Amino acid sequence: MRFSFRRPTSLLRILIASLPLLAATGCLKRESQVQNGNRDQILHRGIGYEVTELDPHLVTGIAEGNVLRALFEGLVTEDPVDLHPVPGVAERWEMSPDGLVYTFYLRTNARWSDGAPVTAADFVASFRRILTPTLAADYANMLYILQGAEAFHKGATTDFGQVGAVALDDHRLRLTLEHPASYFLALLTNPPWLPVPVSSLAKTGEVYVRGNTWTRPASIRSNGPFNLKKWQTHQIIVAEKSPTYWDAANVRLNAIHFYPIDSVDAEERMFRAGQLHLSEAAPVSKIDSYRRDSAAVLRIDPYLGTYFYRFNTRKPPFNDVRVRRALALAVDREALVSKVLRGGQRPAFALTPPGTAGYTAQAKLGTDVTAARELLKAAGFPAGKGLPPLEVLYNTSENHRIIAEALQGMWRQELGVEVSLVNQEQKVAQAARRTGDYQILRSDWIGDYLDASTFLEVFRGDSGNNYTGWANADYDAALFAAARTTEAAARHALFQKAEAILLEAAPIIPLYHYTHVFLLQPSVKGWNPTLLDHHPYKHVWLEK
Amino acid sequence: MLRFITSRLLQSLLALFLVITATFFMIRFVPGGPFTAEKAVTPEILRNLEAHYGLDKPLWRQYLDYLGSLARGDLGPSFKYPNRTVNEIIADKVPVSAELGGLALGFALVLGVGLGTVAAVRRNTWMDYTASTIGMFGISIPTFVVGPLLVLGFAIHLGWFNASGWYGPLDRVLPAFVLGLAYAAPISRLTRGGMLEVLHQDFIRTARAKGASEFRVVTRHALRGGLLPVVSFLGPAVAGILTGSFVIETIFQIPGIGREFVNSAFNRDYTLVLGTVILYAGLIMTLNLVVDIIQAWMNPKVRLEG
Repeated sequence: MRFSFRRPTSLLRILIASLPLLAATGCLKRESQVQNGNRDQILHRGIGYEVTELDPHLVTGIAEGNVLRALFEGLVTEDPVDLHPVPGVAERWEMSPDGLVYTFYLRTNARWSDGAPVTAADFVASFRRILTPTLAADYANMLYILQGAEAFHKGATTDFGQVGAVALDDHRLRLTLEHPASYFLALLTNPPWLPVPVSSLAKTGEVYVRGNTWTRPASIRSNGPFNLKKWQTHQIIVAEKSPTYWDAANVRLNAIHFYPIDSVDAEERMFRAGQLHLSEAAPVSKIDSYRRDSAAVLRIDPYLGTYFYRFNTRKPPFNDVRVRRALALAVDREALVSKVLRGGQRPAFALTPPGTAGYTAQAKLGTDVTAARELLKAAGFPAGKGLPPLEVLYNTSENHRIIAEALQGMWRQELGVEVSLVNQEQKVAQAARRTGDYQILRSDWIGDYLDASTFLEVFRGDSGNNYTGWANADYDAALFAAARTTEAAARHALFQKAEAILLEAAPIIPLYHYTHVFLLQPSVKGWNPTLLDHHPYKHVWLEK
Repeated sequence: MLRFITSRLLQSLLALFLVITATFFMIRFVPGGPFTAEKAVTPEILRNLEAHYGLDKPLWRQYLDYLGSLARGDLGPSFKYPNRTVNEIIADKVPVSAELGGLALGFALVLGVGLGTVAAVRRNTWMDYTASTIGMFGISIPTFVVGPLLVLGFAIHLGWFNASGWYGPLDRVLPAFVLGLAYAAPISRLTRGGMLEVLHQDFIRTARAKGASEFRVVTRHALRGGLLPVVSFLGPAVAGILTGSFVIETIFQIPGIGREFVNSAFNRDYTLVLGTVILYAGLIMTLNLVVDIIQAWMNPKVRLEG
């Protein structure tokens, strides 16, 4: 009896003792989703938040774009390395000498997912839908570059024949522009320009009103390299390789699984648990430890965005350019980036990120503390004396707070200027921005396409995104002329002029240019650093 | 009994109506709207959007319209998700929260009542102290600490579970455990208190005197009275647990109604805010009514009178 009693005990002890060992060596681990995906060419991608919609006409966000680029293909698509426009549904195109008329030749083997050909009429119908006022598409104004589109969208005419989009036959599409625009082809890769299968939309609801359920997996028709198979909100979106896509032979991934994870920390844990090939973001607090311990999975790519502070130039003291410039010149951006942010950001001395489609601003709004003190004195506030109470408004976020505190310290130390910090929930802050109920406001701008105009247009006098109250006729004229200039050097000269005017007047303080910090498994290949963080999926593959 | 229930139902309906009215107007007076965004829409597009959602009408008209469609069971379209209705979102998310809540609640009851009973029966012994310690830990350590710690151990290091998500049966284990733990702690404290009170009463002494076994005394006689405080706690707790826990749903990225409830307010998704508030308020009222009825059944001292 005693003997037989001892045996199981020792066996049990061995088992218990070996448990941590087993676990540590991975014997109890299941095959991770990443390993599984590497074998079957299934990419598991975090996209940050739940997409609001997969209807290209009704989306505005980044996550939506990242899914839609798998499902749909526009006339042109993007080069995987530098995103320059390359043939998509259109195999080639011609531009008239005055830069106003583009003729696109659609490939005859471009297909919808049900096998029907993608025709020029599909594109015309699609442009018509997004421009129809009843659809209330948020980004309809992106198509205003088409001749007559603005008038149609604003209801001045109901005759779509007046709009510069004509199907010459099944495979030839003619687009006429309001003015020459060298960035026109780059625009075409954005969701508002993607073809929507208008002819079959009536099956699931009204064609020109919101609330149509055509984008559900059961009813969607798309024309991109992948087809929507599953869409469980807040969980997963599954896109599988499309057999009807014209270039299917060159698509190497079999499927992409998109994960809408709105918590950066949860996403990072999923990445570490082997559920994701790549995350949408990485927690700022962990960048340093990733740099130290697992640099191979940390990626820091430049990103087409600028973080800046706006002044309300309608109210004293910021109606005085000297006060604005004084505050701008007292900011040490290098210290901000290297000591506070630590995510590889580049200090911003201009609004437009350097190297945006070959343009880098020559004018600079840098650091010059002596000049800043002089300016403040000249404005009647020596060492900050006599200034009214000043306030920086930012939307509630840990990052915005530490940046505001850093600037608060710099202004106090270098200029003797005291500012208080106020945080508000995001939409409340946006409402204050609209009503001009702020003095200094935290802001940012993310470019929509690779061209300096996507930044500089923001501060045109009539821009709905300006909010500073600052307007300058020369600035507006330079941008107006640039929009109508096709030659690159001449356009860039006009941008230089505009940017110099903006930085001299300083209705804003550019602080830093964005980087995209995320986690990436080394098995993901073809994921090039691109300024817009676009990664044409047909050039991506996985290695074991 | 019937009179009691009818009058309580009428009171609840009135309260619900007041909640709806207050929410409708309060969310409208919050700065910012569903269409305020970092990149502004043009004035024409804003007008189109407002026309589509009826926001161009006077507020009182919108309020009456809303009540009208509500009477037909239509909670309206979501502002944030342009091709989805609030009914659809709620129907999609509530079952997930209910499943998580049900599992967590089952676990919490078994653990909480078990620990509490043992603690009461073996009062002031090491068993009581152990149970109380577990209870105190459960109350004082928040779920947003326990959750990530368990993920770190069981998902990242051991690789037994997914770190988050709601894809298969295994994904239910960690969130239900963490959420259940948070509720087990107060349940065990309440059970212990309730049992201690009951175990000293005459009818228990009578039961013992009749020769009933200790097990029988506890389970058949004492528990019914001892659980009364737990039952009144469970009313609002069940409503909370079934409509989702924002924290747990965020840590484990569970597609439940709790996140929609919180995020709809940030998004100024007016109709979704109202829909989730109505759901939550309705559930709390129903469950409180149910609790009152159950308490009357469990404790003859309570009389059901309006």
